[in-house]
Amino acid sequence: MTERTAGATPRRTSLMQLDARTKSRNAAEARFKAYGLGAITIALLALAMLMFSIFSTGSSAFRQTYATFEMMLPAETLDPKGNRDPAEMAKVTTIGYQNVLRGGLIEAVRSAGIVPDGVADSDITGILSPEAAADLRNRVLANPELVGTVVDIDALAHGRIDGYFKGRVTMQSAERDGNITPQRLQLAQAMTDNGLMAIRFNWGFVTKPDASDQRPEAAGLGVAILGSLYMMLVVLVLAVPIGVAASIYLEEFAPKNRWVDVIEVNISNLAAVPSIVFGILGLAIFINFAHLPQSAPIVGGLVLTLMTVPTIIISTRAALKAVPPSIRDAALGIGASRMQSVFHHVLPLAMPGILTGTILGLAQALGETAPLLLIGMVAFVRDYPDAPPAGLFDPASALPVQIYNWTQRADPAFVERASGAIIVLLAFLLVMNAIAIILRRRFERRW
Amino acid sequence: MNDMRIVERLVSTNEIKIAARDVNVHYGSSHALKGVDVDILNGHVTAFIGPSGCGKSTFLRCLNRMNDTIPSAKVTGSILLDDEDIYDPKVDPVRLRAKVGMVFQKPNPFPKSIYDNVAYGPKIHGLTRSRAELDEVVETSLKKAALWNEVKDRLHAPGTGLSGGQQQRLCIARAVATSPEVLLMDEPCSALDPIATAQVEELIDELRTQFAVVIVTHSMQQAARVSQKTAFFHMGNLVEFGETGQIFTNPHDPRTESYISGKIG
Repeated sequence: MTERTAGATPRRTSLMQLDARTKSRNAAEARFKAYGLGAITIALLALAMLMFSIFSTGSSAFRQTYATFEMMLPAETLDPKGNRDPAEMAKVTTIGYQNVLRGGLIEAVRSAGIVPDGVADSDITGILSPEAAADLRNRVLANPELVGTVVDIDALAHGRIDGYFKGRVTMQSAERDGNITPQRLQLAQAMTDNGLMAIRFNWGFVTKPDASDQRPEAAGLGVAILGSLYMMLVVLVLAVPIGVAASIYLEEFAPKNRWVDVIEVNISNLAAVPSIVFGILGLAIFINFAHLPQSAPIVGGLVLTLMTVPTIIISTRAALKAVPPSIRDAALGIGASRMQSVFHHVLPLAMPGILTGTILGLAQALGETAPLLLIGMVAFVRDYPDAPPAGLFDPASALPVQIYNWTQRADPAFVERASGAIIVLLAFLLVMNAIAIILRRRFERRW
Repeated sequence: MNDMRIVERLVSTNEIKIAARDVNVHYGSSHALKGVDVDILNGHVTAFIGPSGCGKSTFLRCLNRMNDTIPSAKVTGSILLDDEDIYDPKVDPVRLRAKVGMVFQKPNPFPKSIYDNVAYGPKIHGLTRSRAELDEVVETSLKKAALWNEVKDRLHAPGTGLSGGQQQRLCIARAVATSPEVLLMDEPCSALDPIATAQVEELIDELRTQFAVVIVTHSMQQAARVSQKTAFFHMGNLVEFGETGQIFTNPHDPRTESYISGKIG
């Protein structure tokens, strides 16, 4: 009895009144929520700024200025033998087509009556990209029947003209520019007003190969996209089986001893190795020792495989660990072998996690630049690689390297190209992540 | 064929199915089971009771070598199934587990259809030659597990969609489908409500006509209700093993008495 009276007597308090302790606890919770919201806001703002800067500079790369007019393709210059044989017609060089194209443009512009007096023909032809003649030649060689007929021409305009319509080039800057004159800009403006020049969606940006420093208007991502796809193919074929098999062995079959611990630690270490180190490794082993070709997607794919395998192993092991042990017990308890229990029950349940990890690993590999620089994928490649498997050994570029490349170029038109390439790369990553989410949803099962 | 075997079993009802002698289990440095001798009889339900951590589940898992999956576990002594040592190096645990089925504490159906859950065992052991035969095995197994009437219209619905008690009976059907000779049950009713528990207990009593059944339980009432033989484990020792009635009414060992009267545990 005495003990009870000596102790703290329970005070009667109202539920309506907050005591100091509750208040401070509530305040701590409110503060924590505010920190969280603040962190997320900062992250979203950063993302929004990044997206805005990329899209505001890059989206114009998908639109390109073309001179559009009709002209007769003269048979006597383009097909002197007159038999429409592409092999014979190929003897006419790009210079020949350039003269034809220039003649057609001068005629179209002059007959439209928009050329001020005293403007030279060289000013008219100067609005065309050097690439336009090559495009026309390819088009004619692909379809010789066009010769001798009147065709619609879509000729790439010069990069400075394109820049003028996109606000990059002004009359003032044109006066100081050796590649363009204010007269040409005025002419381009007049041609636009008369429907002889238009800005249209530019498929060439995603299909055409890279172009030289002088003709940014023709530069495209075709070879880079193919190269990246080929590398992803190599990574998919090599890294996924190796990574998944290794993690199944380590997680389900390997004895638990010191050696396995050492291997585990080293796999984690491998995942943390800077990617450029893998590039040096690839250079030393695949190119200098194994004598595989430089700039080839096979080498890039092998290097990226080395980089991706640890990531896949780590995520696959996490997915396998997450499968409840009761499923393994259930399978073993009715006499399934270890392998049957893994392949019939554990693996299907771990599939969503494995797929997600794998695709995220692939996405990481897709954006990797540093190791590719060391194995020569930074080279200027104009030719499309062949179809796989032979094409895996042809020189190619890669998306992130192409971006790196374009940011190094002098012509300001490449700034827009580089940002546009970033958009393409981001689109690929977005698609891959979307696939990861869809697969995750599809394979997810409750237990 | 099956029916004939059942008849045989009923005749040889006091035959020893499993004889365990001086079984010791070590988990690393801890001595989990100390010199256990138990005989499991055909046609009987044998209950293992005892406080948590007393080694009863460990011993149960020795009987179909599920302890093999725990790397640190070391089992010594001899366990004979029909006079064959199940820890002989020549014995493949996969074959053993087909003969000695197991039902676990938590219902653990595969995340597949009810049919596939039951059919999995017969499939991997190649017990059936045709689809029709497999259908028959699935049906008889579900009937033996008293689940057939509830699920016969939705055999291809996921097994995980059943209620807890139904899931546990599905797990029993799955264990029965491989036609085992012994059925081990590790606290099969601890996750079930009283009604489902009653159903499973009734089922256990029926199953003993076909298999030797061993059940680990925390509920002494359950042990008293379903078993004919009871073994009381304490601190890794087998304290007392005998007829269930004798253990509960007239225990020889003072530890057994204090446990069943609720003084230790």
